[in-house]
Amino acid sequence: MAEDQNKILDEVTGGEYKYGFYTDIEMDTIPKGLTEDVIRMISAKKNEPEYMLEFRLKAFEKWQKMEMPDWAHLNIPEIDFQDIIYYAAPKKKPQLESMDDVDPELRATFDKLGIPLDEQKILSGVAVDAVIDSVSVKTTFKETLAEKGIIFCSISEAVHEFPDLVKKYLGTVVTDSDNFFAALNSAVFTDGSFVYIPKGVRCPMELSTYFRINAMNTGQFERTLIVADDDSYVSYLEGCTAPQRDENQLHAAIVEIVANERAEVKYSTVQNWYPGDKEGKGGIYNFVTKRAICKGDYSKVSWTQVETGSAITWKYPSCILQGDHSVGEFYSVAVTNNYQQADTGTKMIHLGKNTRSLIVSKGVSAGKSQNSYRGLVKVSKRADNARNFSQCDSLLLGDRCGAHTFPYLEIANNSAKVEHEATTSKIGEDQIFYCNQRGLSTEDAVGLIVNGYVKEVINQLPMEFAVEAQKLLQISLEGSVG
Amino acid sequence: MLVIKDLHAKIEDKEILRGINLEVKPGEVHAIMGPNGAGKSTLSSVLAGNEKFEVSEGSVSFNDKELLELSPEDRAREGLFLSFQYPIEIPGVSMVNFMRTAVNEHRKYRGEDPISASEFLKLMRDKKKLVEIDSNLTNRSVNEGFSGGEKKKNEIFQMAMLEPKLAILDETDSGLDIDALRVVANGVNKLKSPERSTIVITHYQRLLDYIVPDYVHVLYKGRIVKSAGKELALELEEKGYDWIKKEFED
Ligand SMILES: Nc1ncnc2c1ncn2[C@@H]1O[C@H](COP(=O)(O)OP(=O)(O)OP(=O)(O)O)[C@@H](O)[C@H]1O
Ligand SMILES: [Mg+2]
Repeated sequence: MAEDQNKILDEVTGGEYKYGFYTDIEMDTIPKGLTEDVIRMISAKKNEPEYMLEFRLKAFEKWQKMEMPDWAHLNIPEIDFQDIIYYAAPKKKPQLESMDDVDPELRATFDKLGIPLDEQKILSGVAVDAVIDSVSVKTTFKETLAEKGIIFCSISEAVHEFPDLVKKYLGTVVTDSDNFFAALNSAVFTDGSFVYIPKGVRCPMELSTYFRINAMNTGQFERTLIVADDDSYVSYLEGCTAPQRDENQLHAAIVEIVANERAEVKYSTVQNWYPGDKEGKGGIYNFVTKRAICKGDYSKVSWTQVETGSAITWKYPSCILQGDHSVGEFYSVAVTNNYQQADTGTKMIHLGKNTRSLIVSKGVSAGKSQNSYRGLVKVSKRADNARNFSQCDSLLLGDRCGAHTFPYLEIANNSAKVEHEATTSKIGEDQIFYCNQRGLSTEDAVGLIVNGYVKEVINQLPMEFAVEAQKLLQISLEGSVG
Repeated sequence: MLVIKDLHAKIEDKEILRGINLEVKPGEVHAIMGPNGAGKSTLSSVLAGNEKFEVSEGSVSFNDKELLELSPEDRAREGLFLSFQYPIEIPGVSMVNFMRTAVNEHRKYRGEDPISASEFLKLMRDKKKLVEIDSNLTNRSVNEGFSGGEKKKNEIFQMAMLEPKLAILDETDSGLDIDALRVVANGVNKLKSPERSTIVITHYQRLLDYIVPDYVHVLYKGRIVKSAGKELALELEEKGYDWIKKEFED
């Protein structure tokens, strides 16, 4: 019977990665490996001011003394950091006004992905900053944003044009000594996005960035910095899909968020890096450091993530609740299939008084995958009346996958109230047969059950992103049956 | 409509259906009775396409199609409906969403457009009335936390929504209170038409007072050992199965 069930589940979960194609855009790369010279070369290629080069070199020095962390519930193959190309930029770097000017090849890729980097997007009020590999190709809606004093540009641009802001905030939330991958990123990051919302401004549109890994053997080191000044609000979306390939690829991004007094930041991600094939070959290694600081009183940061991709995911979007009455939220769906491994969760660090945090984590495991939730709730001595509620649910498809929950608590203040709930459930073959009997295909049945299960998290996403997220869930779990 | 020929099915090398023969014509109502463990639910599962059971011999034609070659969902879309003896709970999936997906899958199969939201709501309303199901139930997740009787009612509600050509009701009466039994039976009767057929699996004559069968069959040890008109049910109610078992064993 177990065998039968596995047969059904194989069918259900055996969908090939639909977005496995890759664009043939000429690349401008530098030799493999990481040395001080390579860092100087990256900095020079990007024509960076001296302060950036110093930032990188300092991080590189620290990185050389660090070792890869091994505490996650992951089985990480040896990574040869000298066998990676640390910089790739599309050769034809266009200065574009309209979609017509975009490389047709690239447009076709976006079309295949269903990414509406065109009128549709603009009509729906989203400014798009598309990142192909490491260099930002196109930014739209800048003018509308500029009117409000909002800055939304590539980080390379910001390094040149807003050095004061960059110097003030870059590396303050995630320091270069934070962890191995953060140090690496600080040394070699190539590009990413920069957002600054001035005091009292409510960003009138969702800001979104699409990332793609697109060059053979090229590590991706994105760097994003979002600063929301007093009384401001912004909702930021980041989503990605990657082309299929055979070799493991390293991805080590950093996202830093600063929320000042009464500011609110919503950060949503749909992550769909290539997860490797059915045998577990290939796929992206995704080691991300995402952290927000609720610096001001009454500030709020909310992370929402839908993780369906990557061979290995290591990611803990966190909130440092420094301001009194500040709020941190973490909503997560992590789906693993085949041989995927995910170790993800959050850290809520309560420093201020009356700070609150909410964690809703939904793991879905299928195939032979391993899915771990790792969460830390820390309440410091002076954080009176801190509140946390954590809900960690796991859903299993089949009996060859694993779900693990590692909640850590460090409470140094007696007035803290911390609650943790966890459940594990399983999609049974009887449930699927019941749906089949009503005329639903197995993939629709799984889709319906999984989407019901993750509803609470998906509801946090902006409308159109929610639809995209559901599609991704469909793809990563259901595929084309039969 | 349905022709079963020498159907054998097993689970884990245990043969449970051992040569079933049965023909159901359009518009007919057949009752299948028989002692516990005879294979009644197995027969309905096999017809519905549950892969737990392995068909080792025989053929089934349904609307002139080879039923056994169709996937479970295509059997459903062809108009075969099974009211489960033990309906399954599906937490997190709302009845509305579930039914809408089901209705649309059926329509797609027939080459029709998806149902509009307003049409769908009207359909729900009408069918809820037909089976007198509590509105609260259809606002919940599929069968989640439903009482035994509520689950059975919900099966008939779904049947009404999907209007199948052949409905197999596996002990739909068990767990229903006296009033609910009448309501459910009325619901089934209202859906009756010269094209639609029903197979009623039951242990009790009571249900057959409402849903009057054209034929009654006794299933015993994986075979249909006796078939007759509706009077057979009365006889069984009176005498039990011993006389049939004896007849069969001789
Ligand atoms: N999953 C299974 N594994 C092993 N044996 C099974 C399984 N399912 C059914 N059986 C056996 O098959 C036989 C027929 O079961 P079935 O459920 O079809 O009986 P039934 O006629 O519907 O009985 P009841 O009147 O009690 O509902 C029984 O002996 C039962 O134990
Ligand atoms: Mg039974």
